[in-house]
Amino acid sequence: MTVMIEARNAMFSFGRTPALRGASIAVDAGEILAVMGPSGSGKSTLLHCLAGILVPDSGEILFDGARVDSMTETERSSLRRDRFGFVFQFGQLVPELTAAENVALPLLLSGVRRTEALRKAYGWFERLGLDGMEQRRSGELSGGQAQRVALARGLVAGPEVLFADEPTGALDSLTGEHVMELLVTAAREQGTTVILVTHEPRVAAYADREVIVRDGRVNAPERIAP
Amino acid sequence: MSVPLTLLGLLEREPSHGYDLKRDYDAYFGRGKPLPFGQVYSTLSRLARDGKVVISEVGPGAGPDRKRYIITDLGATEVDQWLIQPVEPEPHLQTVLFAKVVLSLMLDRPASDYLDTQRSSHLQRMRELTEIKRAGSLVDALLADHGLYHLEADLRWIEMTGARLDALRKTVRP
Repeated sequence: MTVMIEARNAMFSFGRTPALRGASIAVDAGEILAVMGPSGSGKSTLLHCLAGILVPDSGEILFDGARVDSMTETERSSLRRDRFGFVFQFGQLVPELTAAENVALPLLLSGVRRTEALRKAYGWFERLGLDGMEQRRSGELSGGQAQRVALARGLVAGPEVLFADEPTGALDSLTGEHVMELLVTAAREQGTTVILVTHEPRVAAYADREVIVRDGRVNAPERIAP
Repeated sequence: MSVPLTLLGLLEREPSHGYDLKRDYDAYFGRGKPLPFGQVYSTLSRLARDGKVVISEVGPGAGPDRKRYIITDLGATEVDQWLIQPVEPEPHLQTVLFAKVVLSLMLDRPASDYLDTQRSSHLQRMRELTEIKRAGSLVDALLADHGLYHLEADLRWIEMTGARLDALRKTVRP
């Protein structure tokens, strides 16, 4: 397997409070990895460092062999826009835009023409069971529908890595399960690597393996052969 | 799983032959462990002896499969009572997990390593059940969910215990 994204001995502090204390992790291409750990353990910070949102104080972040931690802000921004996708706990849709425009957003930001971006966005609505929701705004969607729209937005540009931070945290069990099913199916179809932060074991069980973050370090169990 | 009560429950839907009961039992409740024919017929014989089922007709072949079983009022009452009676909630206070953690601490072994290994093992089983759920029928999913929620409860206990190991160590190794 080829390593797609990696943290090597990453350290990061918020002011004087250390969040990562030498976190190391390697995620293979196409792998779905669950990052678990107690609140405040550093799992979201690790995700943000891997995604190039935060830059570690020391240590290395590598994506596809390139050092993310030494990129400029503009380079990291391009990386996030063109090669990564994101899904957060509360969807974080843009309320002024329709659901279809929200899904099309990553494509529009990458310079895809509006008609083409919307055509691609519309294709996701049927796939995620959201037929007829295209023109709704986020306030007119249920939590599960909004999260599926957010999932479509995270995947529409065919990212190489999808970062999902508690993607089902705000949903009831059945809706959360539906979202996870769609996420895993779509990621597998596209060959997308997924890094999934969750504290819910049932969500982590959709991943190929899990790592536990504790006190800013990663505890990875031995890989179990499939 | 109470085989006699489950067979009675299946009979409450409609009178059935032993073969049909076995087929439905295996489909819904057997889950890879089919009920032996011998057990089906011995159970039905006992239920008949106890007045919970009656045999309505015996076909010309006179073999065991020719008998058609009908639930009696006594049998139906028993099923009703069984269905409304809650299962004893097990406190699970003396599980193997608990014993291993306490003994590890008593013997100054790395209890946190054990908990990590156990967590990994639980999650591996949860992955298997999730796959069964994704690939299987709704009945498979329902059963897998039952297992998943129980494993999740264990995992929550593992997390809580992991956070309390220092305090627990002082208690068991004063």
